[in-house]
Amino acid sequence: MNPFAAAFQWLNDPLNWTNPDGVLVLLWQHLYLSALAVLLGCVVAWPIGLWLGHSGRGGVATVTVSNLTRAIPTIALLSIFPLTALGFSSWSVIIPLAVFAVPPLLATAYTGVREVDAGVRDAAIGMGLSKSQLMLRVELPLAVPHLAGGFRTAAVQVVATASLAALFNGGGLGEIIARGFGKTIAVGAGEILAGGLLIAALALVVEGLLGLAEKYATPRALRTAVGR
Amino acid sequence: MRAGAGGGVGAVGGGGIARGAVRPSSRYGDGVSVASPFDDSANPWFSWSYVESNYESLLDALWEHVQLTAVSVVIAAAIAIPLGIVAARSRLAATTILSASGVMYTIPSLAVFALLTPYLGLSSETVVFGLVMYALLILVRATLTGLRQVPVEVIDAAGGMGYSRRQLLARVELPLALPSIMTGLRIATVSTVALVTVGSVVGHGGLGQLIVSGFRNNLYKPQIMTATVMCVLLALLCEAALALAARMLTPWTRRRA
Repeated sequence: MNPFAAAFQWLNDPLNWTNPDGVLVLLWQHLYLSALAVLLGCVVAWPIGLWLGHSGRGGVATVTVSNLTRAIPTIALLSIFPLTALGFSSWSVIIPLAVFAVPPLLATAYTGVREVDAGVRDAAIGMGLSKSQLMLRVELPLAVPHLAGGFRTAAVQVVATASLAALFNGGGLGEIIARGFGKTIAVGAGEILAGGLLIAALALVVEGLLGLAEKYATPRALRTAVGR
Repeated sequence: MRAGAGGGVGAVGGGGIARGAVRPSSRYGDGVSVASPFDDSANPWFSWSYVESNYESLLDALWEHVQLTAVSVVIAAAIAIPLGIVAARSRLAATTILSASGVMYTIPSLAVFALLTPYLGLSSETVVFGLVMYALLILVRATLTGLRQVPVEVIDAAGGMGYSRRQLLARVELPLALPSIMTGLRIATVSTVALVTVGSVVGHGGLGQLIVSGFRNNLYKPQIMTATVMCVLLALLCEAALALAARMLTPWTRRRA
């Protein structure tokens, strides 16, 4: 049977969706792990990025962080974290995923604040805003388009990376592909292909939905200014 | 085989599924049994005797890693630079090429390998195909950005001096776009080095193969750590070498920086 027909047949079997280890459960796991990882990334990266941007320091540091994380293979972190004190838990998947969410979040928070018009900042100070007011009421809202863009990049990357967790007992949709590879290619091809299609579709859907969200998160007045 | 680190994989929920997930690699798997003198209590993060008794398989994996990276980046550059030039010439081509490669870039690497395996098999072709796809987007963008940054006056001046379209491209536009292309090449190479490891799902992951087989072999830390460190060092080495090459190829950018 050709692999596509086999994949279609696999996807068309309701049991493959509703089994205790079926698509629905794995999808939920996948989204749960990804969401927590992105959340953790935001909690760590946004305050640091906003503060660095506000104080104008650490531009080099943000670039270095993103260059360094690019050099670290995802697979390495996903296999190393379960061997630490964390053991095999959701956190040993969530933390490595969050590590890869940090660079885009950090960089966009930093640029977002840096790119606030100097005139606007001066005007705010002239109006008597304190430092924290300047940050929360002027710089933060103006940085929202950048923050939203970084959020989308980070989330899409985390959802993509989460599919590798299955190779290290971490769960998620990658399990389907992992199971397929566990069989011979002739038998597992349909399952492998079906898993690949599901993961690809999930990534594209997340990208599309967050693209829409990004548009709505951008204050109306800023939409044309940023060219979106 | 070593008796597991405290029962290791067996103690993990659902361990059986993932253990069968990747085809156990006979190529690099052998090395682990050589290091069997370690007992339960000794599963350190780094072990020099592991490196000594397995340097051959480490070097084999490193060599495969380097080959996969080099082949993929070279193929990607050979496709991406002409595509970037075409994209710089027409707005329609630019939109089409960028959005198509943007969609491809969104698709996770594991999914790409999964989609290719039924057709290309458990081969290095599958890995190279996937890696080329990712490097392609970075390089097309870099080429396009570089070409768009060429000042209009410079192009006008060259036109006034009687340069033909082809001369203009070869002697003015491409050299001026080179810093951007080199940056793209650096990012693409470093990302590819990291991404090669995912190729271990089809049995061609270079150093990633050692990471995965170390994990499956009762969570054998020295192997996982050594391969990881080698992989990161390789990426940093590529980064440094390409940065140096960029400096030497574009001496005029040095003063400006």
